[in-house]
Amino acid sequence: MDPLFVWTLIALLTAISFATRASFILLFSHVTLPRIVQKGLRFVPAAVFTALVVPDIFVRSGAIQLGLSNPKAAAALVAALVAWKTRNTLLTILSGMAALHLLRLAVIG
Amino acid sequence: MPRTRSDQIDPFLAGARACLAVLPGVATFGMICGAAMVAAGLSRTAAIAMTLLTFAGTMQLAAVQLAATGAPLAVIAIAGIIVNLRFVMFSLSISGHFRGLPARTRALFAYALSDNGYAQAITHFTLHPDAPGHAAYYLGCVAAIWSVWILASIAGIVAGAAIPHEWQLEFIASLTFVALGVANMRDRPSALAALAAGATALLTAGLPYRIGLILGAVAGVATGLLLEKWIPSSSGR
Repeated sequence: MDPLFVWTLIALLTAISFATRASFILLFSHVTLPRIVQKGLRFVPAAVFTALVVPDIFVRSGAIQLGLSNPKAAAALVAALVAWKTRNTLLTILSGMAALHLLRLAVIG
Repeated sequence: MPRTRSDQIDPFLAGARACLAVLPGVATFGMICGAAMVAAGLSRTAAIAMTLLTFAGTMQLAAVQLAATGAPLAVIAIAGIIVNLRFVMFSLSISGHFRGLPARTRALFAYALSDNGYAQAITHFTLHPDAPGHAAYYLGCVAAIWSVWILASIAGIVAGAAIPHEWQLEFIASLTFVALGVANMRDRPSALAALAAGATALLTAGLPYRIGLILGAVAGVATGLLLEKWIPSSSGR
C-alpha cells in the first residue's frame, strides 16, 4: 500500500477513534441525545458488522456466489452457526478457519 | 498516606483483578488483529503506529480490510465512524461517573475506552453505586486491558509477516465480524436489522467506493427502528 495513503488513513482513524469515545466523556458531557438517536444506536453493531462481512464472503470476482463452489461462504455459514450456539468469538474463528481449509482441500481434491 | 492507598490503589487493583477473566480473549484478538493488519498489506511500523494511536481493534480490522479491497479514504472514514458508533453509546452511558474529573484525565479515559473495559466498569458502577474510587477502578480495568492488547498486537504484527499466504489469515477478520454480528442479534428487531443490512449490502455490492456498506448499515438501523415501533412487544430482552 502507498505510504501516504496508509499514514493519512492512520491519522483519520486516530481522530475518529478518539472523537467517538471522547464524545460524551469529554466533549459533550452535558448534552442529551434525542430518543430516536439513542434507540437507533442499539441497532448499529448488528447492522454494520453484517453489512461489512456479507459482500466480502458472497461476492467473488464481481458476481454473487451462494453455493458450495464458494468455500468462504460455506465456512462463514458454519462459523455463524457456531457463533449462534456458543456466543464465543474464538470458537467461531477456529471453526470458520477449519471449515474453510477442509472445503478448499475437498474442492481442490 | 494510608488514606490514599485505600481510596485509590485498592479500587485500581480491584479493577485490574476484575478484568483478568477477559485478558485471554483480549490477547487472542490482539494477536489476530496484529496478524490481519500485516496480512492486509500494512508495514510493521504502520501497523504498530495504528495500534498505539487508535487502540480500536474492530475499527482497525474493518479499515485495513476495506483498504485492501481498494476503498477510498472517505468511505473507510465513514465506515470507521459507523463501526465506532457503539463507543458514542458507551461514552454517553459511562460519562456520568467521570464528571468533575480534570479534562486531561477524561481525555485519557476516553482514549482507553474499550468494549471489555466498558462492560466490566459499568457493571461494577451499577452494582456498587456508592463504592469509592470509580475513577481508580476504571483506570485499573483499562490499564490491564490496554497493556495486554498492545503487547499481543505487537506479537501478532511481528509473527504475522512470517505466516504463509495460503493460511488465508485475512479470513479471520471476516469471521470476527460474523461473531460480533451474531452476538449483537439479541432479539427479533436486531436480528432482522442485521438481515436487512446484509441483504442491502449484498445487493448494492456492485456500487463503487463500497457505498453498499453505508447503505446496508442505514437500512439495518431503519429496519430495527421501524420494527420496534410497529411491534413493541417483539423487543423482548
